[in-house]
Amino acid sequence: MTQPATSLKTTPLNAAHRKMGAKMVDFGGWDMPVQYSGILDEHHAVRKNVGLFDVSHMGEIEIHGPDAFALTDAVTTNAVAKLSIGQAQYSGLLYEHGGFVDDILVHKVADDHYFICVNASNQEKDFEHIASANKRNAIVEFAGDRYAQLAIQGPKGLATLQKLTATDLAAIQYYHFTDGAVSGTPARIARTGYTGEDGFEIYIAPSQAERIWNEILDAGAEFGIKPCGLGARNTLRLEAKMALYGHEIHASLTPYEADLAWIVKLDKGDFTGKAALAKQKSEGVTRKLAGFEMTGRGIGRDGYEVYLDGSPAGWVTSGGPSPTLGKNIGLCYLPAHRAKPGQPIQIMIRNQPVEAVTVPTPFYKRAK
Amino acid sequence: MYPANFHYTKEHEWVRVEGDVGVVGISDHAQKELGDIVYVDLPKPGAHLEQGKPLGSVESVKAVSDIYSPVSGEVVEVNALLSATPEKLNEDPHGDAWLVKIKLSAPDEIKRLLSADDYQKYVGAE
Repeated sequence: MTQPATSLKTTPLNAAHRKMGAKMVDFGGWDMPVQYSGILDEHHAVRKNVGLFDVSHMGEIEIHGPDAFALTDAVTTNAVAKLSIGQAQYSGLLYEHGGFVDDILVHKVADDHYFICVNASNQEKDFEHIASANKRNAIVEFAGDRYAQLAIQGPKGLATLQKLTATDLAAIQYYHFTDGAVSGTPARIARTGYTGEDGFEIYIAPSQAERIWNEILDAGAEFGIKPCGLGARNTLRLEAKMALYGHEIHASLTPYEADLAWIVKLDKGDFTGKAALAKQKSEGVTRKLAGFEMTGRGIGRDGYEVYLDGSPAGWVTSGGPSPTLGKNIGLCYLPAHRAKPGQPIQIMIRNQPVEAVTVPTPFYKRAK
Repeated sequence: MYPANFHYTKEHEWVRVEGDVGVVGISDHAQKELGDIVYVDLPKPGAHLEQGKPLGSVESVKAVSDIYSPVSGEVVEVNALLSATPEKLNEDPHGDAWLVKIKLSAPDEIKRLLSADDYQKYVGAE
């Protein structure tokens, strides 16, 4: 059995992935499974049945104390005051100039305790960013090492996980969570995900990760559960038009440009980036994220140039085949006034312009 | 695993010689490395190819990979099967899912390619 390159970080499930024959890749400095049985097979398993992902590379930051609310609200774009205990919220962590430090999930555990899930390769930067904004006395804890995270995604996710917990999972609403136990180990059980499908993300002790991973695979066997890698995670999130840091969003892109105005609450108190966003809102954005579908033969991929009327006008942030729709889809930045659905565009594929058209997003929305 | 009558490149293409024509494909190792293949871009009949120069590309869900021609010559036939069903490249890379047939302009080039045994050793060691 091969070992990961020593410079790469690993999750508690690294040996299990290798034992089970996953194809491993370097993902932002982490040795992660890109696929098990195949990206298409895993993608369809999540859409039709259930898939299990190791997402322990994701980071966790906990904010405690009487000033926890004030700090959390001051560093995020969404309205933390709107959260009930046991509720989660997608939000942005911004620089003063309005660009993204990261996109994050804020969970309200208690009035004086917020649990934030952040992107793997941004976690140290995020922690520094939040800690440096801590003007009062909140306790900011870098907690990535205390949690393994598994995602159980798909229409049979609930039935699979329910076999391992006494918590009534059907009672957890979408973007809510509860602290319970999975197969005898304490678990934060959240009805969240990055696939556009119903499902759960659970946070457990790293020492229990391999045992729980195997028990979930056993519990889901009757539903055809598949262990899944980051390849399927990417095709699933793209169909659901969920942003990926470094692609749709990064330090030079704002929530308004990224079509994420819904996570910006300018009517709340002050927060990092607010002034820049208010200015951009009043002036209007010059570029905007749009979905597209290839109409010519070819696949528009990350980084390819987008042309309008024969001139460079933008770039593809994520693109590839959509296994669910059987089309080649993608997201791209375009001049804002040309970013509405129905706009013909050309994508430069190997120095050849190939026809595509902007379309409404998300590309895929599950039936509720 | 690797047919003995094929000749292989280190870029994972193969060629099988039939008279003055070379039938070209990618190896089983290549299709496994690529994963699910969703698109194949091939030259048109009449195109002139050179040994070691780009022939076309194969795209999996994740990525694009260039294919290099193992021999020089003129394309005389393109496998029509692959435009509608590129996934055949995952299923039968040494058989039905050949890519192009090339009229060999320099048959001696074959001597520069790897035998099945040498290719097996090469991918085994990779």
